Amino acid sequence: MKCEDAGQVCDKSQYKEASFWEKLKLNVHLLYCNTCREYTKKNVKLSIVFKKSNLKIMSLHDKKELKKQIHQEIAK
Amino acid sequence: MSNNQLNPNLWVDKYSDYLFNFTIVRVNDSEITKDLISETFLAGLKSKDNFKGEASERTWLISILKRKIIDHYRKINSNKGKAEVRITYSDEESEGDWLEERVSDPYDKNAEDLILNSELGTAIYNCLDNLNEKHALIFKMKTIDNFDTEAICKEFDISPSNLWVIIHRARKAMADCLNENWF
Repeated sequence: MKCEDAGQVCDKSQYKEASFWEKLKLNVHLLYCNTCREYTKKNVKLSIVFKKSNLKIMSLHDKKELKKQIHQEIAK
Repeated sequence: MSNNQLNPNLWVDKYSDYLFNFTIVRVNDSEITKDLISETFLAGLKSKDNFKGEASERTWLISILKRKIIDHYRKINSNKGKAEVRITYSDEESEGDWLEERVSDPYDKNAEDLILNSELGTAIYNCLDNLNEKHALIFKMKTIDNFDTEAICKEFDISPSNLWVIIHRARKAMADCLNENWF
């Protein structure tokens, strides 16, 4: 496995979208690759920080509505 | 120095998530949050001539939003007279102990969490500002709202491999940016 692929599998697994085999290959890669091990560590921490932050965002639909409102108001 | 300018056409893309998060932790209701943000933008448009460019656009919008939130609190509070506060003892033995019993109620902890989260939230949003707008949006949808890869690809007309490249860059940038204080 190349580092590039390892990084991507690591990203996917943060969203639970990596398959069993991908994760297995990643773990083998991590046994000997320091760089990817570092990246994995950071990446997992990032996921934890986001979970802890409990951030909320506005839905796309609401954003579109809001844009429409503003455009109408500007056009007045 | 008055380099800051208002650009209302970009408000929704640039600030709606930040304002949304700021508001929802305070009013705890997404419908009310949406209304308050919409009122904030409209009030901003009306008073845009008062903007002197000394603050950033975001700070200025937040200052309007804060007033809207306070107004909202006042409105709910004016109904409070109708409510009665009742304190009941859970059983006879604990009669007279209610103050002590309630000392360790969870409110303090919530307040602490709220402060921590809003600081962490601000840190995250400051880091998100460094990303390209579209990438930031995709990253937020995937990471905060857990959107399906497929749904995002469809919405932005990109391939899954495009998406993962964007996510990878965003995650790297975010990790580096948050590294100093939050890891």
